[in-house]
Amino acid sequence: MIDILGKRYLFFAISALLIVPGLVILAIFGLPLSIDFEGGTMLDLSFASGNVPSTEEVHDIYLEHGLTDPQITSSSNGVLLIRSSFMDEGTRADLINEMEARFDDTVIVNRADSVGPTVGREVATRAAVAVGVAALAVIIYITLAFRGVQHSFRYGVCAIIAMIHDVLVVLSLAGIGGLLFGWQVDSLFLTALLSVIGFSVQDKVVVFDRIRENSAIYRKLPFEKLANHSIVQTLQRSINTQLMTVEYMLLALALFGGVTLRQFSITLLVGLFMGTYSSIFIAAPILVIWEKKEWRNWFGRKAETPA
Amino acid sequence: MKQRDFTFLGLIILILAVALVIVLPATSSRLPAIGIQRGADFVLGLDLRGGVQALLEVPPEYDVTPEQMADARRILENRTNALGVSENLFQVAGDRRIVAEFPGLTDPAAVMDVIRETGQMEFVDLGANPNGLTAGDVIRTDHGLAEQPDAAEEGKEPVDDTVYHTIMTGDQLQEVSVGPNPDQMGGYVINFSLKPQGAQIFSDFTRENVGNYLAIVLDKEILSAPLIQVHIPNGQGYIENFTVETANELAIQMRYGALPIPFREVETRLIGPRLGEDSLDKSVIAGLIGFGIVILFMSLYYRLPGVVAVFSILTYGVITLALFKVIPVTLTLPGIAGFLLSTGSALDANILIFERLKEELRGGRTFLQAVDLAWKRAWPSIRDSNIATLITCAILFWFGSSFGATIVKGFAFTLAVGVGVSLFTAIVVTRTFLNLVISVLNPDNRHLKWFGIYE
Repeated sequence: MIDILGKRYLFFAISALLIVPGLVILAIFGLPLSIDFEGGTMLDLSFASGNVPSTEEVHDIYLEHGLTDPQITSSSNGVLLIRSSFMDEGTRADLINEMEARFDDTVIVNRADSVGPTVGREVATRAAVAVGVAALAVIIYITLAFRGVQHSFRYGVCAIIAMIHDVLVVLSLAGIGGLLFGWQVDSLFLTALLSVIGFSVQDKVVVFDRIRENSAIYRKLPFEKLANHSIVQTLQRSINTQLMTVEYMLLALALFGGVTLRQFSITLLVGLFMGTYSSIFIAAPILVIWEKKEWRNWFGRKAETPA
Repeated sequence: MKQRDFTFLGLIILILAVALVIVLPATSSRLPAIGIQRGADFVLGLDLRGGVQALLEVPPEYDVTPEQMADARRILENRTNALGVSENLFQVAGDRRIVAEFPGLTDPAAVMDVIRETGQMEFVDLGANPNGLTAGDVIRTDHGLAEQPDAAEEGKEPVDDTVYHTIMTGDQLQEVSVGPNPDQMGGYVINFSLKPQGAQIFSDFTRENVGNYLAIVLDKEILSAPLIQVHIPNGQGYIENFTVETANELAIQMRYGALPIPFREVETRLIGPRLGEDSLDKSVIAGLIGFGIVILFMSLYYRLPGVVAVFSILTYGVITLALFKVIPVTLTLPGIAGFLLSTGSALDANILIFERLKEELRGGRTFLQAVDLAWKRAWPSIRDSNIATLITCAILFWFGSSFGATIVKGFAFTLAVGVGVSLFTAIVVTRTFLNLVISVLNPDNRHLKWFGIYE
């Protein structure tokens, strides 16, 4: 039988390798928040003639309307993306009219989002609170559902630790993507993150369920062996379910052309993969560590990994 | 095959038939009505069909009651309906916010104007009007002192420090109509008549103040300040100097009353129709191709049970989509993400059962025993994992609806509906189909490879 849990510290190291660089980038550059969370206005414009005016000209129009901080990106397919401080509907209409007059062109508004500064921050805070409350509720539910096994509380806590691991991976990914490809953390990212959280917890419960079942059958077996056995038994299912969900997302990735949706798909792809990965390589190993109270050895002579 | 399987099979066929009738577009009306509207289209969210969404908020300096919010919602809805904007939707979100949605709208300027105005009409006594106030000037009045100076936010300062007396407000208006100005070619006027009580006040005032000025004021801005030439006993009058558009817009505000509380827009989103259509097409194509691959994989890997699973998943899909239409669920991109994720968990339930089935078959059970055991053993994990997801959905839904974060709400709702249906298909459909297939084909050990077992 494959020994997965014996190499648990190796897998922790791999996870650390995945997370730490991203967190360092986040610590230095911050999370690349979009206007959804920071407030501001984002315009996505095309021009009927196909010509895209120079960023300087657009910049001037913004300044004339008292908006001092426009960040203007013009993409290759004739789309102009302008991010600025918050403006109301009236100002936006004035701005578009001004552009039409000045460039003698018809402006096509593909998308215009305006978010007040307080609203954005509130959404971010409230989302965090909602996720926190959900995590707590899940811990309580798992504790109840696993009340037949010893230390049922641990299962809930381990599921949430592993879920936080997945969230951290996704956040680091966002940080790296922000640095390299100009990704922004927007409400679509929030949706992806919520999907990852939902999937992650669901997957933990499936693996834990096998441990729950086996612990009633093999009462004499040491916990580590029991847990390892359970993981191996559910491995085929983990792979197949992962193939199914990820397959979907890979296709979405290939077919959705847009930049925003591409970021969404990649986030989901990585996050959902992590949902399965962390069940096997994070949640179950932590259960074992907790069972053996291994932290007592961590600061001893040597952090030995028991075979 | 047991009695129970037949009962379930009948149930499944019935549900599937109803769901199919709902989902398939109405090509003819041969089918008798069953109380559910047939062939209605899916309700598409703004991100898929284009439109405008606005989040309106009561500024923090005002106290609000839930009744005021409900009134404001109704008034806003009436006002925009009168503008001829179809399918507009206003929802109170939390304590002091209203989400407004206008599907298909591309130019929100007129709508936003109507929304923004609180529409507080006042009839104000200007006395002899020593300062020569005219239309466009902003004044202070003794009505609702706390709200003043309201218009200052828009950069308009009251022209003088005098606080004028308000003799009555817009709630005394009985009827408002727009008509051409009899005295001015091409101009329009708003004719109004007052309720009996208002007419009495108007009559008394005009009798005693001939030669003085009466201002008609909207949100502290003077619309018109006519000289009272004669006593007006019948409570009828008009305000002049409008174009047909401005007259109509103002008449709507007067007709549907003042908002009990002012709002400001804190968030607006405009999605062009082209972008929405594009997103919809792409997600449908991705969904179809993804599903094709799933069918292929399930059939090749799990063989006979895989084929059963495909039917089970199809049942899941049809029922879920039918529910989306009936409830109705507004489909947005996040909503579709929720649907795809729940499809994943429906597949997971089948995979869990089939992996168990293989284990039991390898253990030497008969086919019927193995199906029974596989289902029983897989059930706790399916149940608990899905309930954990439902808990998450419930909390996210609450968060989304109390906050006007429709994106989160849509995701949580479609995921929850999908997970609920996937529980049903896992409990009933896959199991019944498997029992059915086994009792019809009656396989023995030579047929283990039908179940993906080769040793």
